[in-house]
Amino acid sequence: MKPTDIADPEYFHKVVDCQWACPAHTPVPEYIRLIAEERYTDAYMINWQSNVFPGILGRTCDRPCEPACRRGRIEEEPVAICRLKRVAADYKSDITNRLPLIPKKKNGRHIALIGAGPASLTVARDLMPLGYEITLFEKDTLSGGAMRTQIPRFRLPAEVLDEELNYILEMGVNCRFGEEVTSMRDILAEGYDAVFVGTGAPLGKWLDLPGHVDAKDNIHTGIEWLASVAFEHITSIGKNVLVLGGGNTAMDCCRTSKRIGGESVSVVVRSGFDEMKASPWEIEDAMNEDIPILNFHVPKSYVIENGKLVAMEFEKVRKEIDENGRRKLVSTGEDPAILPCDDVLCAIGQENSFPWVERDLGIEFDQWEVPVLNKSTFQSTNAKVFFGGDAALGPDNIITAVAHGHDAAVSIHMQCEKLDITKRPDPLTNLSSQKMGIHQWSYDNDISADFRFAVPHADKQVTLNDINVEVELGFDEQLAFNETMRCLNCDVQTVFTDKLCIECDACVDICPTDCITFTQNQDEPKLRANLLAPAENDEQDIYVSDLLAGTGRIMAKNEDLCLHCGLCAERCPTNAWDMHKYLFNTTKAENACQS
Amino acid sequence: MQAEKFPHKTAVTMSYINKPKFKHPQMQTNDIGLTRRDYEGTLTTLCGGCGHDSISSAIIQAAAEMSLEPHRVAKISGIGCSSKIPSYFLSKAHGFNSVHGRMPSVATGANIANKELYYVGVSGDGDSASIGLGQFCHIVRRRINMLYIVANNGTYGLTKGQLSATADLGSKTKSGEESHFDNIDMATLAIELGASFVARSFSGDKKQLIPLLQAGLSHKGFAFIDVISPCVTFNNTDFSTHGYKNTWENHIALSEVDFVPMREEITTSYAAGKDKEITLHDGSAIHLHKTSNDYDPSDKENALHHINAYKKQGKIATGLLYINQSMSDLHELQETVDRPLNSLGNQELCPGSETLNDINNTFR
Repeated sequence: MKPTDIADPEYFHKVVDCQWACPAHTPVPEYIRLIAEERYTDAYMINWQSNVFPGILGRTCDRPCEPACRRGRIEEEPVAICRLKRVAADYKSDITNRLPLIPKKKNGRHIALIGAGPASLTVARDLMPLGYEITLFEKDTLSGGAMRTQIPRFRLPAEVLDEELNYILEMGVNCRFGEEVTSMRDILAEGYDAVFVGTGAPLGKWLDLPGHVDAKDNIHTGIEWLASVAFEHITSIGKNVLVLGGGNTAMDCCRTSKRIGGESVSVVVRSGFDEMKASPWEIEDAMNEDIPILNFHVPKSYVIENGKLVAMEFEKVRKEIDENGRRKLVSTGEDPAILPCDDVLCAIGQENSFPWVERDLGIEFDQWEVPVLNKSTFQSTNAKVFFGGDAALGPDNIITAVAHGHDAAVSIHMQCEKLDITKRPDPLTNLSSQKMGIHQWSYDNDISADFRFAVPHADKQVTLNDINVEVELGFDEQLAFNETMRCLNCDVQTVFTDKLCIECDACVDICPTDCITFTQNQDEPKLRANLLAPAENDEQDIYVSDLLAGTGRIMAKNEDLCLHCGLCAERCPTNAWDMHKYLFNTTKAENACQS
Repeated sequence: MQAEKFPHKTAVTMSYINKPKFKHPQMQTNDIGLTRRDYEGTLTTLCGGCGHDSISSAIIQAAAEMSLEPHRVAKISGIGCSSKIPSYFLSKAHGFNSVHGRMPSVATGANIANKELYYVGVSGDGDSASIGLGQFCHIVRRRINMLYIVANNGTYGLTKGQLSATADLGSKTKSGEESHFDNIDMATLAIELGASFVARSFSGDKKQLIPLLQAGLSHKGFAFIDVISPCVTFNNTDFSTHGYKNTWENHIALSEVDFVPMREEITTSYAAGKDKEITLHDGSAIHLHKTSNDYDPSDKENALHHINAYKKQGKIATGLLYINQSMSDLHELQETVDRPLNSLGNQELCPGSETLNDINNTFR
């Protein structure tokens, strides 16, 4: 193998599994260390810079970081990254004096943002400090988008939501709320320098089965129903509720139903339990509230009696893999299941919808009515129009919308500065030694062997009777501290300097997880098989040195299971190994035009 | 502030930390259900980069692969950096850190009392070639069934780097003092005194060291391994013959050794002439791949000749230097009873006046 180029900003970034997996690339280990030091406000600000909504995301994030967490590969459970983020939000002090200053004198550019969800608000957060004038359109009377309408208050209290939205709105955003945009032509005619579309994926899918005409008053699409509940247009539901679908929306629907009158609430899913799209922790929360999940039930019809919905009929199926390896659902041959219900909530998917974008404005759409975009700039085929969040690439999650918002803000700013927006600026990186003295590091390398700590919940009797009472209580400070000690500090990198190595094997002998091998250079598959402990996880790189002077061998380190404990560097007599903290920050609009 | 709330984390971040218990998830367990990590000792307190740590690590690996039961191993040492090594492997084995140069006496006593244990003596060039040289000579001569390792760094590391008795003629200390005396070669000494297994290796070359340790542990009789183990702090200079650089460049294996544990069937076929299979008393085997045709490790004179010939060229002969499986060990020569002496009870040791009378009558 060729020697690893650690100057490539992506190399060590990839080693920080959580940060690499996060769409917004939040520097996770950095803020976890700050929480351990009780520097909650500093931890919060690192998050705020990167993901804009730490308090909200600390409760609702899809957590792509956690399945990626290295801890999950060396024991069972990842670090509770998401809930530690909430700790930073819960225990911080007033941050208003840390927010960026907004220039009184504007830069003369005016940007329109359509839809006040996480993507648009991120664009506003990035551009307001640069002197842009921003007009934000929202069809509802309150901002937040899906964060307000799709996530129930028992998961995300209104005050947490409002606090973080207001940090942005109070920068002086010109809000045109309660005003639904019905024509892109009209918006463009207002003469903005750029228009950003962050309207989400607002169209819930509906199940068109026999009986739906008579039952339509009692069939609801999940996302519209959740929005109506959020705005208190709907305050009750029938006693028997069926929720169709196995995603997170279904979990929110069933738990919400339980709180506003649903006595017998069931989730009914076509596929198997392990194929459900909902996050495992959301499924767990629903099951903790005694909501049954019925798998392998394919809906067939709405059963109507006296012109009223009384039940639904389902075909029972099982999973089979056909000769082509394709998964099929085939009937079990049993009698159909008739499940009584007063209301049905369809949480089977959602789509983008752009009936308000005229098709003669140079904004192209593909065959699925999704806008044609440059995936890194988020620019549409009309140079002035950008898309982000669910509106851009279809339904995803909040943290992805935030990441899009940051990137779109960079594009808009560069375009306004007459720069080529396809030449994306480099990320901001810093690699520096953490050595403080002999056997002394600036980070705590003595990691805890504890298993993941559970977040305490409020009493079920209380939460099931009040839709506004938050279920999760969050970690207290001691629990949070204990959980931070599980973090492996994967951003503190093992940096190897081949010219200093005397091949004494001290690092090999001490490494708890057998990451380091000195061996003859070979091609990667052979090398992976011949390391001290075979490197079978191809997603994780092998760090390879140049040929060593003493024996002509190479140092090969499997990054996969490194604990970042620093013992290799402590035992190294020549400092050939050293622990360097790698900070990686994606480029934001404020840095985009500095070079 | 932190001190009040989280009292167990008040100290400034300071290591040594304990070695984390996490291990490679695919780490194999051996025949008795243990992983290599179960054969570790306490965390080393030697200098980072010390060859002695690689010896500990090699012993751990060797013992794990052989599925040795830790409680059937006794570790004995004298004084010096080398003699700290037993702390760093097999923490569940028996251990005795004895007096300077007197490890052979303690090992002899222990071995006589209980011949059923694996004895691993670890000593250094000071402990065995200077203060304990007399003891060393006699334990070799007495053919104690044990593995005797000398961690040989050619210097007195613990007293800050004076020349030891194994320092080669012309080798210099870190402060520049030259050795005017020829070295004591522990390996040739052991061969001449009657050791039945003599090897030399290098702490940096575990591929060679581990099978030699395994063969030495399996060998019945006195097995001696001289391990060049650089002192990274006081004797790792370009003008030392015991440093990493010189040893990597100048150690030459007279034979390459593979160890085949007894439970494994020997399936490899070996080329005639260059390869040799030696079955040990416990049923395991060593496979020798000789690097030159005229090298025969069962021939004492030939072994000494090769060692000296390489030495003249400034080279260090390593590998299995000499083996003789026909020699009896102390217990056989003394015709001790089959059971370990320490397991004999009162009745057997003091069989009573009748038995004494019977014995006395045989002399009448």
